[in-house]
Amino acid sequence: VVVVLIAGCGGGGDGGTSERPALMVSAASSLKTALIAYGERFDGADAKFSFAGSDELAAQIEQGVKPDVFASANTNLPDALHAEKLVEKPVVFAANRLVLAVPADSTKVSSVDDLVGADVDLVVGAEAVPVGAYTRRVLSALGRETSGRILSRVRSNEPDVAGIVGKLTQGAADAGFVYATDVAGAGGRLRAIELPGELQPRVAYGVAVVRGAKHPEQARAFVRGLLSGAGSEELREAGFERPPAGG
Amino acid sequence: MRRGGFTVLLTVALAVALVFLTLPVVAIFVDVGPGELLSGLDDPAAVDALRLSLECTVAALAIIVVVGTPAAYLLATREFRGKAIVVTLIELPLVLPPAVAGIGLLAALGPKGLLGGAGPDLVLTTAGVIVALVFVAAPFHLRQAQAAFAAVDPAWLDASRTLGASPARTFARVAVPAALPGLVAGLALAWGRALGEFGATLMFAGSFRGVTQTVPLAIYERFSTDFTGALALAAVLVAVSAALLAAVKLVVRTDVSGVPAR
Repeated sequence: VVVVLIAGCGGGGDGGTSERPALMVSAASSLKTALIAYGERFDGADAKFSFAGSDELAAQIEQGVKPDVFASANTNLPDALHAEKLVEKPVVFAANRLVLAVPADSTKVSSVDDLVGADVDLVVGAEAVPVGAYTRRVLSALGRETSGRILSRVRSNEPDVAGIVGKLTQGAADAGFVYATDVAGAGGRLRAIELPGELQPRVAYGVAVVRGAKHPEQARAFVRGLLSGAGSEELREAGFERPPAGG
Repeated sequence: MRRGGFTVLLTVALAVALVFLTLPVVAIFVDVGPGELLSGLDDPAAVDALRLSLECTVAALAIIVVVGTPAAYLLATREFRGKAIVVTLIELPLVLPPAVAGIGLLAALGPKGLLGGAGPDLVLTTAGVIVALVFVAAPFHLRQAQAAFAAVDPAWLDASRTLGASPARTFARVAVPAALPGLVAGLALAWGRALGEFGATLMFAGSFRGVTQTVPLAIYERFSTDFTGALALAAVLVAVSAALLAAVKLVVRTDVSGVPAR
């Protein structure tokens, strides 16, 4: 009876304009551009997105929120939810690079080394959000003293990459650690400074179908499209790299 | 019979409203025990957030009182062209979504804003938090204070001036005491709004422990890593806000039941 009721509601909710069910996708903020473009091309369902820090979205799922798909900016969060039997087996679908982003018109910072200088305002992700965790991993590789000096320049721990990008484009800060794709999506307002290869963390994105999803078939089709197909194309278009082999 | 049925309907509506509106608040206290709630507060970052929230809201209230009270007095006691427009404009932040307030503050006072960073550096500073709080909370006091001053019998103000008191003295010695219950109620509402501010603070001032991370921002940060800690901070906000609301009710009641102002 419950299934019939939900199916009935779904049909009515579409207002008769289409038969497509609404597919709820919780996704990391950094995926916004790519997934919105993919959502428009996805035939199986009417994709609706909730973008936020991956950690917030994972915490929602732990508290009983059930989107159909969870796409995270790391692999630990989907793996942890899988271990708690809250999502199906996650797959890695994209890779990204952490970069140091600066406002396009600013010359104050041109390398990671410049961050130790006084008078640099830095914004980073909060520790719990993947971008913040990657940032701290990069900094700790610089040694305790350097990393401590750089962290003392942090003016804000933002809950997601959107907050970091916003602070930088508004000139509120001089530099911040974000993903390469965030700089590509900022419409020329940001400039990326690549990190030395030995500092670059492995940034892999994991996606999983949520257990108890209302539309599991469409959710699986959506995930397949991320691996090969329209989703994969839009991810490349936005600057995401292919998932590491064997990942 | 039919009347009885209607009463039942009204009672059911009230019961539904009561349960729906109190359930989330009750859940905050029931979801984890009082012991865990207290230990959730035993965290330097939580203490920093509480201290910062207290300091910033008190500073914001001071600004609101000093500037808002005379402004409300003018609006309540003088007529001028375009007054209705002025009142509407200063009440506008009441209905603005916090994200709009945040982006508006950036567009006006940010480094690339309308004022071009002419003033002091506000973005990502404690001062920026206070600015955001004043912006969202001031209209609550302005509105209430204007109503309170308007309710003071003009004959008292006239009498005061006839007896030789200056307009400033009349304001301070007659109008403010007479309107005091209304002014206090407005301040309590403004305080409640300022304590809960989240979106504008995050967008304009960012989130940094001890500098810009007020209690609502600390709750949001804890949500993913420390749900119990988030609930503990939420419980403190509920208690403080409930106390403010009770204070408003108490003050407004003494206002109605008797003394000076009508």
